[in-house]
Order: sequence, then structure tokens, then C-alpha cells
Amino acid sequence: MSEIEKKDQTSTHKIGIYLWIWGLLFVLSFFSYLVDWYQFQGLLRWSLILIFMFLKAGLIMAFFMHLFWERYALVNVLLWPMTAIACFIVLMVAEFKYTLFTRIFYFFIGG
Amino acid sequence: MSDPKIEGLELKPGFKGMASDTASDQTMFKGVHWGKAMMWIFLLSDTFVFSCFLIAYMKGRGSTPVEWPNPSEVFALDAFGVPVPLLLIAIMTFVLITSSGTMALAVKYGYEKNRKMCGWLVLATAMGGLTFVGMQAFEWSKLIHEGVRPWENPFGAAQFGSFFFMITGFHGTHVSIGVIFLFIYSYKVFAGHYDTGKRGWFTTMKGDYVEIEILGLYWHFVDLVWVFIFAFFYLW
Repeated sequence: MSEIEKKDQTSTHKIGIYLWIWGLLFVLSFFSYLVDWYQFQGLLRWSLILIFMFLKAGLIMAFFMHLFWERYALVNVLLWPMTAIACFIVLMVAEFKYTLFTRIFYFFIGG
Repeated sequence: MSDPKIEGLELKPGFKGMASDTASDQTMFKGVHWGKAMMWIFLLSDTFVFSCFLIAYMKGRGSTPVEWPNPSEVFALDAFGVPVPLLLIAIMTFVLITSSGTMALAVKYGYEKNRKMCGWLVLATAMGGLTFVGMQAFEWSKLIHEGVRPWENPFGAAQFGSFFFMITGFHGTHVSIGVIFLFIYSYKVFAGHYDTGKRGWFTTMKGDYVEIEILGLYWHFVDLVWVFIFAFFYLW
């Protein structure tokens, strides 16, 4: 009997934690909607969007998808490949700046 | 979540646990159901697909000298005669988060072997997903009526339409597939397949509530992708 109780404790969590995360996700979504509502512009807008986005993504992955309680081997297999995406983003930022430059140069200034 | 108490294979915290898991010359993710590990691998590959779409969108939007359409005007909706920016998108976001929450609770009640609660929550998740797809169909038809096409649109840069239809369409496909599976699984929960261990149709695996968690991973991933689409496509 005590073994069963132990198992129950390890495999489910209190309902409160899910409700908390759920509420936080609502609040964060509302905040990111407010970013557009108040028409923040420039660096403030971009940083707020990114902060709310990463917070929401982190909460969903950590608690709804249980990564917070998952074995570390699995967590690492999942999260390290994201660095490849980050590299790809950096490469493509350089690429779009170059493309934009050539377009402005040849379309408007003339080659 | 994996069961950390496996005899002789107790989970050690941090990198030490990872090293012993990886170096033990046996199954790598000990205590993690194989179906769950495979779902995670699939979601990882899906992450790359969606990342490629979003990066392509960044590249397309960044490299056009033509003004990009202002999303908060394009996606505004008239409420009582007043245009409200991103109204439909905000409602869609809240619907998807609600369904993600009900899914998380369904997983919890599933592991507690609470058949009825789990079934109702999976069904509620399916209804949320269906609502989302319905609103997306409305949004698509509205934009198509306004003349948005993959090759042109009346608002600005021509690339807007192709990225919009590709990215939201691919996400909507994921939601639709998820909804179909949610309906099937809510039937399976209500019918008690996970209490009696009835075998599934694709597999000889005995039914177990871990399948609800696997389905939940997929559904939360759909929500996760929407978080990024909402931030980069609608807000940026």
C-alpha cells in the first residue's frame, strides 16, 4: 500500500501548480496583447514581445510538458539542438541585410 | 513525467544523472515510455520545420524594400462598429491556452485513473481545438475576400500572403490533426480502454494512461508553436 502511495506522489502533481501556470499564461498573453493595444514601438516593443514569448514558452515546456520533472538525459537531447536554430537565425539575419542592401542599391540607386 | 524510482536506476540530479543514463549501455531514457520518447523526437523535428518557416519569414520580411503590411490593421476586426486590433487573434490565443490547460489537467486525472474527469477534459480540449480551427477558417476567408493572395495583397509587400498562408496553414493542419486524435482518445478514455489495458489499433501495446500524456505533449506543442507565431507574425 505504501508503495502505491509513493508511486502516486511521483507521477502526479497537485492541481494547484497547473492552475497557477494556466493563470500565468493567461496574464502573459494579455500583456503581450497590450503591447499591441498601446502601440509600443521600437526596441521596447520587440523586447517586450520576446520576453513574454519566452516566458510563455518556458512555462508550457517546463510544467505542461513536464520537462521540469523529466530525466536530464531527455531534457538535454531536446534543448541542445535549439542552438543550431539560433545559429541559423544569426546566419539569416546577415543574409537578409545583404539582400536588402543589394535591392536598395540596384532598384533605387541603380547599379 | 518519468518515474524516477526504478530499481537500481535511481535518477541522480543534473549532469551526473544524464551521464549515468547515457553511459549505462542500456536504454537511454530510463523510465520514459518509448512512445513518449518517440513523440519528443518527433516534436523536435517538427520544431525544426516550424523554425525554418519562421526564419524564412524573417528573411523575406527583412529583405523587402516595400513596406510590410501592418498586422494590427490587417487583422483588426469590427466589434460593434469599432475596429479592434488583433481581436480575433487574441480570442484564438486565449482559446488555445484554455485547451492547453484542460489537456494538462486531463493528463493529471488520467494518471490518477479518474476515467470520467480525464475523458471530459480531453473532450473539452477537442472542442477548444475545433473552435480554434473554426476561427482560423473565418480569418482566412475574411482575408481572401479582402484580396490577400499568396502572390499579392492590397496592404503592402507581396510576400506577406505566402508567409501568412504557409505558416498559419501548417499550424492549422497540426491543430486539425490534433482535434481528430483528441476525439478518438476521448472515446477511448470513456470506453475504458486504458483501465482494462485494451490494445490499440496500430499497435499491440496495451492501453495505458501514458498515451494521454503523449497526446498531451503533441497538443501543448501546438500551443507552443502558436506562442511563437503570435509573437513574430501578429505582434512584431
